[in-house]
Amino acid sequence: MANVISNVALVPGIYVMKIEGTFKGEMGQFYMLRSGTGYPLLPRPISIYDIGDEDISFLYRVVGEGTSLFSQLQPGQEIQLDGPFGNGFPQVEGSLALVGGGMGTAPLLLAAKHYPHAHVYLGFAQQSFGVDAFEAAAASVQVRVGGSIVEKVDPARYVNMFSCGPTPMLQALAEKTEGSSSRLYISTERHMACGIGACLGCTMHTRGGNKRVCKEGPVFPVEEVDFDDLHGV
Amino acid sequence: MISMACNIAGVPFKNPIIMASGTFGFGREYAEFYSPELLGGIVGKGLTLHPKAGNTGSRIHETASGMLNSVGLENPGVAAFLKDELDDMTRWNTAVIANVGGSNLEEYVQAVAMITENAQKRRTMNRRGVDMLELNISCPNVKQGGMQFGIQTEVARDVVRQVRNVTALPLVVKLSPNAENITQMAVMCEEEGADGVSLINTFSAMKIDIRRRRSVFANTYAGLSGPAIKPIALRMVHQVAQAVSIPVIGMGGISSVEDIIEFTMAGAAAIQVGTYNFVHLQAGAELVYGLEQWMQREKVQSLDEIRGIL
Repeated sequence: MANVISNVALVPGIYVMKIEGTFKGEMGQFYMLRSGTGYPLLPRPISIYDIGDEDISFLYRVVGEGTSLFSQLQPGQEIQLDGPFGNGFPQVEGSLALVGGGMGTAPLLLAAKHYPHAHVYLGFAQQSFGVDAFEAAAASVQVRVGGSIVEKVDPARYVNMFSCGPTPMLQALAEKTEGSSSRLYISTERHMACGIGACLGCTMHTRGGNKRVCKEGPVFPVEEVDFDDLHGV
Repeated sequence: MISMACNIAGVPFKNPIIMASGTFGFGREYAEFYSPELLGGIVGKGLTLHPKAGNTGSRIHETASGMLNSVGLENPGVAAFLKDELDDMTRWNTAVIANVGGSNLEEYVQAVAMITENAQKRRTMNRRGVDMLELNISCPNVKQGGMQFGIQTEVARDVVRQVRNVTALPLVVKLSPNAENITQMAVMCEEEGADGVSLINTFSAMKIDIRRRRSVFANTYAGLSGPAIKPIALRMVHQVAQAVSIPVIGMGGISSVEDIIEFTMAGAAAIQVGTYNFVHLQAGAELVYGLEQWMQREKVQSLDEIRGIL
């Protein structure tokens, strides 16, 4: 258990929760968070948004009863969290683009901090959020509200690309990347129960066979991703 | 001196807390959070003779005080289990139980025969093998096999009888709450020489995605577990414990020491913890310590003092 330091809505329904403590975690990894003692039972997998020396932050959207409980937490209240879990984004060299859509921008902030030379592309359906954090971390940030952010990305310019967001956005980026020499890594999402690879609840079909999103993922090289399976989430 | 130890079919358990199949992998993942040696035993992921990819699409959905799963027995198959997992599982000083499923009678028999032969071979080499078998005739998540054997008593009889014929390992049969008559099923297991029964597996259940106008699960139905099913599980354990003289291992939504006591009072010789492993990664350790504290506080020296008192 750890104490909540702050829990602030960036825009209606989208919050950043900062939790006190010394935590480990790399870009693209996640924690399992749980609030309360009864229902909902299962912790929720949430990507690490930011880590300080004495705190960790999570960007989350209120989508159901688990995240609704999170949004009610006040500073000083306790939350259960375990992690970091998952593989995270790889260490890469050369030019890098970070392409995020909506809540998919969350796991990219640590990558932007890790690679200040990266070009950041952020797409939002209706309203942008969290852009200032990226602007403080990266030299180049492009934002699009409405329409596809993928249109602004030229994969030929980058040796590597990290992406997270809605499946249609990921697939559009994957299709645009085909034929270029750019290596694309995407972060995936699945309902989870244990978060540590034991329950096989988050298993995803990939071109390399079944993979656990919580253990072998959530980040996969695009050539492994079966988009038909991803659309089924 | 308090003792949590119990014995089921000749297998010693240091305490009655066993991790349920499908919720604990083969133990390796949870070993990063606490030592499996604290536990009475571990039931491995459900095995089939051949490797199984499991179900496609969504596999998990949370529901009121419970969860639905449609994993569909994804597993590496018996041969890979014996080769790649068993050494790891047996290095911990805790009982190792293999859970075995099948799509047809022959698969059950062959899988059990392989595990039995392996256990005998390891014994001659002074190495630990599987301590006990749990026969899964109750998985609701596979189209062929699993639960189809666990609904009708006379269909299940064939499986239990033929499996019993090929193994001398302690044999527990895991029963389905979807059975036409779970008490009759348990009595049949005893008649056919099973050393115990474990109950209950998940309830066949459903969740509809109203936006997409289809079931959340590709397989339409899924298995319901968690605290939501505990009162029904407790009733079934109580009924079965009164009808058979072989040990009953109780499970179904156990999430606290109080739940363990309830199942013990209903007649359970030991219990299994499933969904609660997902709620707290250290659930097993928490329950073992908690049970010991409860026994000290209540001055209960052995769970035999309260077992089956109702």
